[in-house]
Amino acid sequence: MNTNVSLTLPAPTAKVEAIERSPGFWSGVIAKLMRDPVALGACAVLFALILIAVFAHQLVPSDPYQTSMIKRLKPIGFDGFPLGTDELGRDMLSRLMLGTRLSLFMGITPVLIAFVIGSGIGILAGYAGGLINTLIMRTIDILYAFPSVLLAIALSGALGAGIGNALLSLTIVFIPQIARVAESVTTQVRGRDYVEAARASGARPFTIVRVHVLGNVLGPIFVFATSLIAVSMILASGLSFLGLGVRPPEPEWGLMLNTLRTAIYTQPWVAALPGVMIFITSISFNLLSDSLRSAMDVKS
Amino acid sequence: MIFYLLRRIVYTIPIMIGVAFFCFLLVHISPGDPLVSILPPDASIELQKQLMRLYGFDRPWYEQFATWFWRALNGDLGTSIASGRPVATEVMRAVGNTLMLSCMATLIGFLFGGLFGFVAGYFRDSWVDRVASAFSVLGVSVPHYWLGMVLVIIFSSWLMWLPATGAGPGGSGEWAWDWAHIQFMVLPAITMSVIPMGIIARTVRALVADILAQEFVVGLRAKGLTDLGIFLHVVKNAAPTALAVMGLQLGYLLGGSILIETVFSWPGTGFLLNSAIFQRDLPLLQGTILVLATFFVVLNLLVDVLQTTLDPRIQRS
Amino acid sequence: MSIGISIDHIGAATGGDRGGPAQPLLTVNRLVKHFDLKKSFIETLIGGGKVVRAVDGVDFRIMKGETLGVVGESGCGKSTTARLLMHLIAPSAGEIVFDGETVGSPALPLREYRRQVQMVFQDSYSSLNPRLTIQDSIAFGPQVHGVPKIESISRARDLLARVGLEPRRFAGRYPHELSGGQRQRVNIARALASKPRLVILDEAVSALDKSVEAQVLNLLMDLKDEFGLTYLFISHDLHVVRYISDRVMVMYLGKVAETGPAEAVFEQPLHPYTRALLSSMPSMDPDHRTEEAALVGDPPNPIDPPPGCRFHTRCPQAEAICARTVPSLEATDGRETACLIHEPGSGHSRADAVIYAA
Repeated sequence: MNTNVSLTLPAPTAKVEAIERSPGFWSGVIAKLMRDPVALGACAVLFALILIAVFAHQLVPSDPYQTSMIKRLKPIGFDGFPLGTDELGRDMLSRLMLGTRLSLFMGITPVLIAFVIGSGIGILAGYAGGLINTLIMRTIDILYAFPSVLLAIALSGALGAGIGNALLSLTIVFIPQIARVAESVTTQVRGRDYVEAARASGARPFTIVRVHVLGNVLGPIFVFATSLIAVSMILASGLSFLGLGVRPPEPEWGLMLNTLRTAIYTQPWVAALPGVMIFITSISFNLLSDSLRSAMDVKS
Repeated sequence: MIFYLLRRIVYTIPIMIGVAFFCFLLVHISPGDPLVSILPPDASIELQKQLMRLYGFDRPWYEQFATWFWRALNGDLGTSIASGRPVATEVMRAVGNTLMLSCMATLIGFLFGGLFGFVAGYFRDSWVDRVASAFSVLGVSVPHYWLGMVLVIIFSSWLMWLPATGAGPGGSGEWAWDWAHIQFMVLPAITMSVIPMGIIARTVRALVADILAQEFVVGLRAKGLTDLGIFLHVVKNAAPTALAVMGLQLGYLLGGSILIETVFSWPGTGFLLNSAIFQRDLPLLQGTILVLATFFVVLNLLVDVLQTTLDPRIQRS
Repeated sequence: MSIGISIDHIGAATGGDRGGPAQPLLTVNRLVKHFDLKKSFIETLIGGGKVVRAVDGVDFRIMKGETLGVVGESGCGKSTTARLLMHLIAPSAGEIVFDGETVGSPALPLREYRRQVQMVFQDSYSSLNPRLTIQDSIAFGPQVHGVPKIESISRARDLLARVGLEPRRFAGRYPHELSGGQRQRVNIARALASKPRLVILDEAVSALDKSVEAQVLNLLMDLKDEFGLTYLFISHDLHVVRYISDRVMVMYLGKVAETGPAEAVFEQPLHPYTRALLSSMPSMDPDHRTEEAALVGDPPNPIDPPPGCRFHTRCPQAEAICARTVPSLEATDGRETACLIHEPGSGHSRADAVIYAA
C-alpha cells in the first residue's frame, strides 16, 4: 500500500540531485592523524617493520640460520656482521630482521582475534542486558581476577610450549579485557535515545546493532585494542623469553633475548639488541594508540 | 557502609570459586595423562588403575573439584612432583620473597610515578609535562625483562656496583635487612618499579590536571589561598584514587614478577613457577597460581573497601 | 513541485482509518508500570524488594486528529507513559487499543503498530546517531519497513524540505554540525518518515530556546494539519501545553488527576492539584496574581505512595476521608477528575455542595 504512494514520486531524480556532504567520522580521524607528527612517526616505524617482516627473506644480508663455531659472539661492527653474531655465530642483523616476522605476528594476532571475539561477547552482553549480561560478565570477571602476565603464563605453562599455545593463551588473556570495554560502551550507547528511537521504529535487534550500535562502539573498542598490542608484544616475547613460545632455531626477539642472556658479560650490547627491537615496536604501538585515542576523542 | 562491605565480600566468593575452578582446570587442559609424570615408565595397567583411584581421577570432574577445593581451603595444595614436598610449604616460602620485592617496587614506583605525574599535571602542557609524559610512555612500553638485563649490564657487569642475581648470602632462607642482602634487591626492585611508575604517573597527571581545572580550585585561589594550601587540597583529592591504583599495581606485580625473578634468579613465586613449568610439575604450577590469584582478588577487595572509606564521594549501593 | 505531491501522500493515513472519526485513535486501559528497585543479593533470596509505582493504573483516550497535552511535575509518570505507549518498556499490566485493535494482537502486531506511532525525544542530540548522516537517520525507519533505499532517501529529503531544512545543504551533514533547533526539526522529520498516525512528543521543545521553541511549535501545528496527525504532547511547560493542546491530561504520582478540554481545564480547574499547578504558572497580568497557595515541597516518593488520594498530603482541601478512599476518575460533561470533592456521596464535606465551582 505504501509502495503505491511512492510510485507517484519522481524519486530517481531526487536521488541524482547532488548534496553537500560532510566528511565522515573516519576520514576526520585520518585527517587528524595526518597532522600529528608523533602518529606519523610511529606509523612510519611500524610500516618499515612490516615491510621488513614481509620481505625479510629478500632483504637479509646473510643466512640467518648459518651457524659458525669460530664466529661466535662477535661485537657490533665485526667484519661482515654489522650487528655482530649470536651465541651460535649467526648474523644478528639477519636474525633481527627475520625475527620481525614472528615477533609482530605473535604480538598482533592475539589482539586481533581477541578484538573480534571480545567485541562480540561484550556487545552481546551490553545490548542484551539482564540475565545474559550477568552470566557473561560474571564469567569474564573470573578471568579478570588474574593479573594478565600470570594468566598468560599459567595457560602457556599448562598447555606446553609452542607458537599455537602461546597465541591461544594470549588470546584468552585479552578477550575478557576487550569484552569488558565493549560491554561498557555498548551499555552506554544502548541507553541513548537514538537506539530507543530505532527500537520504536520496529527495527529488529540485529539491525539496530548493525546500524546504530556498531558504528558507535567499535571506535572506542578499537582504540583500546590498539593499546593492547604493545602489551601483547611484550607478553608474547616474554613467553618466548621463558621458553614457552617460539622454539629454536626460529628467530624471535624474546627467544633471542633468552638465548643471549648468558652472553651479557661477554657481548652485552649484542645481547641487548633484541630487546631494543621489542622496545621500539611497543613504543610505536603505544604512541599510535595514544594519537588514535585523541584523534577519535575517546575518554580513557 | 557495613552492608556494602558485606555485600562486596559476598560478591567475591563466587569469583574465588571460579578462580579455583580455573586453577583446577589447568591440570586437565595440559596435554597428556596427568599421571604420566609420576608413573614409572614400565607401570602395569593394574598399577595405573590403582593410582587413578588413589588420586581420584576415575571419579566425575565435579567430585574431583569438590575434593580438591576442600583440601585447598584447608591449606592442602597437594604434593610437588619434583621435590616431593607439600606445595603449600614451597609456595608460602616463595610468596614472602615475591611480596617483599613487589612491595619495594610498588613503593619506588609510587613515589617517583606520583612525583612525575604531579609535576606534569601541575605544569600541564609545559615542557616538564612533555618530558614526564614521554617518560611514562617509555615506562609502559619497555619490556621489563630486557630492562633488567640492561641494568645488570650497566651496574653489575660494567660499573660493578651491585650484584647481578640471587638474594644474597645464605640464599632466601637467611634474609636480613642489611646492605649485604638489600643490595641484591636494588636492581630487581628498580626494574619492577618501572611498570607501575608509568601507570601511576599517567593517573596522577590526569587527576591533578582535573582537580586544578575544577571550579572550586579557582574559587580557592580567588579567596587568596596560598599555593601550599592549593597543593594540599589537590593532594587530598587525588590521594584516594592514586592509592587505589597503587594497590592494584601491587597485585599485578605479584602476578607479573615471574619474568623479572627469572632474570635476577630471585627466589620468589616467579622462580618457582618457572621451575614448575620446566619440570612439568603441575601441582606446583596449580598451587602457585591459585595462591597468587587469591592474593590478587583479596587485594582488589581491600583496595575497593579502602577507597570507599577514604573517598566519601563514591556512593556504592 | 514534486515535493508537494509526495507530502500529500505521506499525509494520507496509510494505515487506514478503521473505526471512523468517533472511534478514539488510542485508548489506554488500566495501564500499570512498576519498576523493580535494584535488589540486593539477600533480597533476591528472601524474595522481597520494593517497586517504584511509576505508572499506576492510567486510563485515557486520544481522539483522532486531536492534540492531547500531558502535564505534571517531574516524576509523575509522563515520560514512563510515553515509553509504555511506544512499547519501549513492557507494561506490568493494562492494555493499549489502537483504532479499535489491541496492540500486540494478531490484528495489530507490534511491528505494524510501531510504524503508525512515532516519538520525538527531548534531547535532540542524543536522539540522533552521531555516525549517520541526517538523511540516513531519517531514512532508517522506512527502510526497516521495507521501503527501498533510494526511495527512502528521497522521502527523507522531501521531509527535510518540509521541516524547513534545505535538503541540499543538510541531508549529507552529521548531527553535531547542526544547532539544537535544526536537530529537533530533523527528529520531527525522522518521526514522520514512516508515515505515522500518532506522534508522541516527549518534552520535544523543552530544551530549545524560547524563540526557536515557538518556531518548532508552529511547525508542529502545520505538520499536523497537513498530514492529519494526532499528537500526544508531553511537557512540564503549562504555557506551551495550553497553546498547542485541544485537550489536557494532568498526572500526579503515576495517576491521572484530571482530563478535559484545554481551555476548560486552564480556566476552571476541578482537581485541587490542577489548581495548585496552574497557580504556580507565572501570569503576565498583574490583576491575575497568584492568590492560592502554590505547591510546597516535593511530591511523595513513588516507592511508597500515600494511601487513599495520592495528593492528600499536599492538598489544601484534604480531609480525613482522603487518606482512606482512593478517588475514581469521574466523568462529567467531557471532563474527568479524580477527587472526592467531585464524587457525590464520597463522604468529603464539600462533595455534595461543590460539583462545578472552583
